[in-house]
Amino acid sequence: MEKIGVFICTSCDIGNRLDISELEATAREQGVNSVYSSEFLCSKEGREFINTKLKEEGLDGVSICACSFRVNYDVFNFGKVAVDRVNLREGVVWSRFPIGENGEILDDSVEVTSGVAFKDELMALAKDYIRMSVAKLRVYKLPVPYQPEEEISKTVLVLGGGVAGLTAALECAKLGYPVILVEKEKELGGFSAKLKAQCEAKYPYTQLVKPIVFSLIEEVQKNDLIKIYTGATLTNLSGAPGLYTAKIKQGPKEEEVKVGAVVLATGFKPYDASTLTQYGYGKLKNVITNIEFELKAAKGDFTRPSDGAPIKSVLFIQCAGQRSDEHLLYCSSYCCLASLKQAKYLREADPESQAYIVYEYMRTMGIYENFYKTLQNDPGVFLTKGKVLEVSEGTNGKVKVVIDETLFGEKVEVEVDLVVLAIGMVPTTKDEAILNLEYRQGPALPELELFYGYADSNYICFPYETRRTGIYAAGAVHQPMTIDQVIDDARGAALKAIQCLTAIEMGHAVHPRTWDFAHPEWDLKMCTQCKRCTEECPFGALNEDEKAFPIPFLTRCRRCGTCFGACPQRIINFKDYSIDMITSMIKATEMPEQGYEQYRFLAFVCENDAYPALDMLAYQRKSIPVSIRVIPVRCLGAVNVAFIKDAMSKGYDGILLFGCKFGENYQCHFIKGSELANRRMENVQETLQQLALEMERVTIDTVAIDEIDKIINKTNEFVNLIKSYGENPFKGW
Amino acid sequence: MFKKPLLVVGGGISGITAAIEAAEMEADVIIVESSPTLGGRVAQLRYYFPKLCPPTCGLEINYKRMKARGNLSVYTMADVVSVSGTPGDFKVKVKIRPRYINENCTACGECAKVCEGERVNEVDFGLSKTKAIYLPHPMAFPYRYVLDKDALAPGDLDRIMSACKYGAINPEMKEEEIELNVGAIIWATGWKLYDATKIDYYGFGRFANVVSNMQVERMASPFGPTNGQILRPSDGAKPKRVAFVQCAGSRDENHLPYCSYICCLATLKHTLYLAEQEPESESLVFYIDIRTPGRYEKFFKRAQSEANIKFIKGKVAKIEEDEATKDLLVTAEDTISGKRITERVNMVVLALGMQPSVAGQTIPGLILDAHGFVMEKEGIIPVGCAKKPLDVMTSNETATGAVIQALAYLR
Repeated sequence: MEKIGVFICTSCDIGNRLDISELEATAREQGVNSVYSSEFLCSKEGREFINTKLKEEGLDGVSICACSFRVNYDVFNFGKVAVDRVNLREGVVWSRFPIGENGEILDDSVEVTSGVAFKDELMALAKDYIRMSVAKLRVYKLPVPYQPEEEISKTVLVLGGGVAGLTAALECAKLGYPVILVEKEKELGGFSAKLKAQCEAKYPYTQLVKPIVFSLIEEVQKNDLIKIYTGATLTNLSGAPGLYTAKIKQGPKEEEVKVGAVVLATGFKPYDASTLTQYGYGKLKNVITNIEFELKAAKGDFTRPSDGAPIKSVLFIQCAGQRSDEHLLYCSSYCCLASLKQAKYLREADPESQAYIVYEYMRTMGIYENFYKTLQNDPGVFLTKGKVLEVSEGTNGKVKVVIDETLFGEKVEVEVDLVVLAIGMVPTTKDEAILNLEYRQGPALPELELFYGYADSNYICFPYETRRTGIYAAGAVHQPMTIDQVIDDARGAALKAIQCLTAIEMGHAVHPRTWDFAHPEWDLKMCTQCKRCTEECPFGALNEDEKAFPIPFLTRCRRCGTCFGACPQRIINFKDYSIDMITSMIKATEMPEQGYEQYRFLAFVCENDAYPALDMLAYQRKSIPVSIRVIPVRCLGAVNVAFIKDAMSKGYDGILLFGCKFGENYQCHFIKGSELANRRMENVQETLQQLALEMERVTIDTVAIDEIDKIINKTNEFVNLIKSYGENPFKGW
Repeated sequence: MFKKPLLVVGGGISGITAAIEAAEMEADVIIVESSPTLGGRVAQLRYYFPKLCPPTCGLEINYKRMKARGNLSVYTMADVVSVSGTPGDFKVKVKIRPRYINENCTACGECAKVCEGERVNEVDFGLSKTKAIYLPHPMAFPYRYVLDKDALAPGDLDRIMSACKYGAINPEMKEEEIELNVGAIIWATGWKLYDATKIDYYGFGRFANVVSNMQVERMASPFGPTNGQILRPSDGAKPKRVAFVQCAGSRDENHLPYCSYICCLATLKHTLYLAEQEPESESLVFYIDIRTPGRYEKFFKRAQSEANIKFIKGKVAKIEEDEATKDLLVTAEDTISGKRITERVNMVVLALGMQPSVAGQTIPGLILDAHGFVMEKEGIIPVGCAKKPLDVMTSNETATGAVIQALAYLR
């Protein structure tokens, strides 16, 4: 920015604890002429004052030295003027206190080291923050939204023509988006078109109704915006969101179409029952799966497979091959309800018949409890907790079942005409790369194995957040679910698909950084083809050319800066976040001379978790050491090793990094930010040791947003440890 | 692209999700929230199951997305009084209660320092008090104080008025009613905890150490009444043996006939909290069925391996208090052994079910089913736990899905 102004607020204790005129002088020393201070800067008058000065002096960048950027974001918004927020309130006067031996807050005049009062250190901190802000604004450039050269396709590709796919296709088309619907089978409808009936998905949740899928098929076939390919598969998906080319193979011919986003709704496959020999499957003809029973019932066939005799009794074995270490580890969510439904089929077909359901836990979630109750009230239905010990041939073609641990207290033996195994679902993505992505990092979603092959999200708050932008899963390929959930889920995935296209059109990132109009830019002249950016990108945003140069696809990018952090050549930069910017900020700070025991620490903290935690500790007026300068970063993955080197050579005594939890239940929304930073810092630590410096001078830790006490403890432990090592010997070099 | 705004009623996780997802489709969105802050139930939780991650992390991202949007506005302390009109053109009357604090508030906290009057903190389910002038919680949005005039002590008003340097306190604010003209409504008013005193044989409210599952959640929260420790209310001791009563009020014809979806998982989470706090502690879980659907099965396994849990299949019939120790005697029929058993524990946690927040209310234009859940009609789409009992992830699926339905009415 060319013309920078600095505005200092004196309210909320800032004026009480800091010498404002000295801060003004510091700003002027940085070559800023427009330096003003005022009380209550966030008031209407304060804002008007800033606005007037912006116009009068033609400022294009302002440093607001007041509160955290997390508050008053709407007040300090001046359109095209670049705004940097210096956090004097939460970051300085509300979170840095001289603490006595018993934890009490002392007066700022207390001496912290020989001849230096706490107040001096507090002022030094505030001044450093102002220097950093001015340095940042000098280098800062306004983001330029990315506009692809090619025309953006607004077509949504829906894979799968079951309830999920049909619902998604219809919802997109209703809002005017063209849809290409690809179904592997010859007919639309998926599994639910084979059902005899489904449980109603609304109050009172007690009835069986005709499967909703038939009306969906009809509507889809009538809709001119939906182009249907049946008996077809997607063989290749290349390009990026908004700009995909999909190859669709239908019989002998293959067609190329342009699409913008994808709804993945390819559903499930039944679990392979041939492995369930302990229940007699494959050995006894009258042991069948719930899927087989459904197909029979849909045809009105209630006869024994062995001899065609009418079925008078059925025993349903729940969790057959599920919740089991040998088979599926998870619960398939639909099977309890399905068995209850099938028991009802039987009872309605023949009121003299009997149904037995043996379960460990009956799982009729939510208001489906009402449906369960209708079966509990039916005297021809016997429900019991139990463990099936044995399934064998009985008399007259019947099947003998021995059950233990029942509610009747003892082993029970029953002979029935038919045993139905409630088998589970396996997502179609488990073994097939259905998307067939032409991505350097592979053809499928990379996180499938975390979720038993489901195309699920790792984030509880964000069910559609996966590692491939523009692709949203719905239905039984997303999570194990029942039809009522499938419909809601398909609508959700459809919304995310068209929303992604809106984001591309507007030129900003998709969730989570939807506010971000900047994007990484590569200066390939200096690229050494080291492949780190292409390998480490969590979102597979980069392909490689034959010489291993990166080919960025910016509409796949989530702006996490992992590539920026990875690049040893420092050739990847954002307009508003660059190597030059952070380096300039570090250089702008003032380093006390060696030997005075005025330690200086730098902390790079994750903007989403650690930084808000720092604000929250400030609201409780808790304290972290005054010697720490905090630089918020979008993700620890976006911390380039260059920053560490610059800080160490500047004379910083230690560097702390706070990121999100990694490992199995990782919390980083950029997947591996803190994990990658951890690896990079291990290399830095080796370098430190080669320089005969203690490796702990660069320390990384994980904190969640609510771990205030952990931050306080970790910062204090860190500062005390480094102090025990002494100052950075390179200080002042 | 859109002619009319979308109204989202309720600012919990479902409402926030719906609102942001719609705003990021470039629709104008209005959120109406009844309490003084957004965040709803999830803001009261320490962790989500199954990841044991803090909900505030997701709220932070969502708030950040909201803050960047000029097309999203929020009314807090506001309730929908009536809905009329037709899909695409609804007229919604909204009553806004006075906050007595205006936008000048910087949340500096000087007022609360001098305020003497106190009020029961509903965020902590009565386990703590706040000053009469207070910030709802550390993740409050808007980040602004609220004044409960009825809780002021004599002289408080003068003290707080003079402590505020920004003219932020206005005791003269009046209740107002506004009318919104919107194209569609997403109803996301969520749930309330079933009133435990209605299950009188469990002794909630009579026995100090019978607490609710949400009270445990607040105690476990680092921002809660006990700084993150689960303690017996009677003496502040760490409980060694805790009974969890599943389906307290749920799956019961006399109370809530349906299953509340989350209580089994919440209890398993609480057993992990206890194991973290006191590795030797024991949890007794009285259940009918353990309901951990889908991938949550893994969380069930995790709790079984990391916490010391004894599962007893049987509904708790009664709870008695040992007056001397304030321990509790929990009696149930163990349906597997067929025997009636009584266990002595230090604390009882009632896994209370969820009831829709609007249950029992009459809002013209809104249709409720017999349980009080909101029924869908053209242009009015219930989501999350206003629609049916759900977990957070599924709630957000419904909230996101409702947006694509709603957008069709805004054009």
